[in-house]
Amino acid sequence: MNKQILINDATLRDGSHAVAHQISAHQIAIYAAAAEKSGVPIVEVGHGNGLGASSMQVGLSLEDDRTMLETARKHLSNSKLGIHVIPGFATIKRDLTPALDIGVDVVRVASHCTEADITQRHLGFVREKGKEAFGVLMMSHMASASVLVEEAQKMELYGAEGIIIMDSAGAYLPCDVEEKISALVNGLKIPVGFHAHNNLGLAVANSITAIEYGAKILDGTARGFGAGAGNAQLEVLIAVLEKLGFFTGIDLNRILDASDIAEKELIPQIPVIKSESIVSGLSGVFSGFSKHVNRISKEYDLDARDIYRELGKRKVVGGQEDIIIEVALDLIKKNK
Amino acid sequence: MKKLNIAILGTGNIGTDLLIKVLRSDYLECVLFVGRNMSSRGVSKALSLGVSVSNQSITAIEKNHKNIDLVFDCTSAKDAVKHWNILEPLNIKVIDMTPAKLGGFCIPAVNLKEVSKLNNINMITCGGQASIPMAYVLGKTQKQIKYIEVVSSISSRSAGPATRLNLDEYVETTEKGLTLFSGVTKTKAILNLNPAVPSINMQTTIFAQVEEPDMNLLIKEVNIMVKNIQNYVPGYSLINTPIYENGRIVVMVKALGLGDYLPKFAGNLDIINCAAIAVAEELSKSNK
Repeated sequence: MNKQILINDATLRDGSHAVAHQISAHQIAIYAAAAEKSGVPIVEVGHGNGLGASSMQVGLSLEDDRTMLETARKHLSNSKLGIHVIPGFATIKRDLTPALDIGVDVVRVASHCTEADITQRHLGFVREKGKEAFGVLMMSHMASASVLVEEAQKMELYGAEGIIIMDSAGAYLPCDVEEKISALVNGLKIPVGFHAHNNLGLAVANSITAIEYGAKILDGTARGFGAGAGNAQLEVLIAVLEKLGFFTGIDLNRILDASDIAEKELIPQIPVIKSESIVSGLSGVFSGFSKHVNRISKEYDLDARDIYRELGKRKVVGGQEDIIIEVALDLIKKNK
Repeated sequence: MKKLNIAILGTGNIGTDLLIKVLRSDYLECVLFVGRNMSSRGVSKALSLGVSVSNQSITAIEKNHKNIDLVFDCTSAKDAVKHWNILEPLNIKVIDMTPAKLGGFCIPAVNLKEVSKLNNINMITCGGQASIPMAYVLGKTQKQIKYIEVVSSISSRSAGPATRLNLDEYVETTEKGLTLFSGVTKTKAILNLNPAVPSINMQTTIFAQVEEPDMNLLIKEVNIMVKNIQNYVPGYSLINTPIYENGRIVVMVKALGLGDYLPKFAGNLDIINCAAIAVAEELSKSNK
């Protein structure tokens, strides 16, 4: 069995959600340098929803895409610079072309888990430019294993060199990971990956389950810095993988240093599983909604849990943050 | 009264839904429904309605050009360019349903009379037809808007293959339309596809970054605009009264379709098609 695991460090991308997209260029420089020293293979950088996603809908970034990518680029040489790209937010002309010109190495083109065909042009473009391209299926708890395989196969056809499924809502149990990762590993010729969230306290356990069933790519973030209840804690993941006899190319001591640096320089509040996070996970709501739900529930004096439950019922997907306001106004009407 | 002879180019969701609307119109006559594939669902539908069909695409229109006053181009942004190169010399007017940006941008509730003089009229995008009239009202009623952003969410089932391949053009064209009609330079358009079953209705949120909003004037003008749009898109309505929240004005609208070819949730198809029919009927009336 090949015991090599590819690690994508999403601290500077998913972490952006946790600070309402206010990561500064200075912070990017500090963490990118630390990740580089640890031998992290891919350092993902940008707005939480990826390239071109700075918006009133999701949150306006402190720094623009160019500044973020140029800053990270300066501090990465062995580590590759990665980005997350969602068609519908980012266009090839406005966003992707300049990003590749800055020197992005790895592009992960993402769509909601049932909408892989919107990634065709972006994936094709990245391959044409000779860069590494991965496909990402977000909110993957919302589709069955067979649908995920179908969608992943489309991305494979478009040129993706690996498929990552995201548990964007932190809704998976280990048995769900087993079922879905096994199906994907059997149905694809390219490597499969898993991106966990920690709403139910299972981020690391789910990531390890994914590896047991054949996944070769894992996402993690320093101290779990990320949307909602946070991600799989990267330094824990590296330690556990090492104990299990897997190779990541990352130096454990140095990644522990990097995570300490992240805690000191980047993370105002280490992610914890709050009561709302649990309801959010159980309701299957996109983790990136948590800051918005917090703000809006306070603004309109509502229980955040009621908002999550209603959003879950309405099967809202990532990018539909505007619906939070609608749900809040509806709840007020109902409460009257 | 003589009806305007039209041809529909493209037999996907947009083309087929337009066909049904044209057949209902007192001002329009569909002489040809053309695509590339005789076994498509749209062609079967047209045959069942007794409409002349062809799988010869643009060639069929060239052959019948003397009998055609107007073409609805319902293909893709890329193909629309090729088609216009052929149709322009033949003096055939085009209502362009793709985001090819060849002709004048049209929002019927704002500039119907002006664009009816043009030979190529672009219907922008579905999200544009829903959001731009509101952006226009925002531009008219608010001082110093720094930025306008619109987010449309549509049901996956209502987005056909061309829509999915044209997402970038959708974004670019919608943004261009927003700037053109609102006067605000910095604009952004976002499109979400939602696969939920039962399908979600098309809805669009318009955000405007404003420091001192005039909500009373806005709400008054928005209500007038909604009534104007309802004249040609009956299913268009406000979801909530516009609010000011977190430094931004938020206007939320939805478009419920007529349920002609696709179910009612596909308001995104309906709104752009209803707008196109309004333009074609205006052309027919002014043709007399």
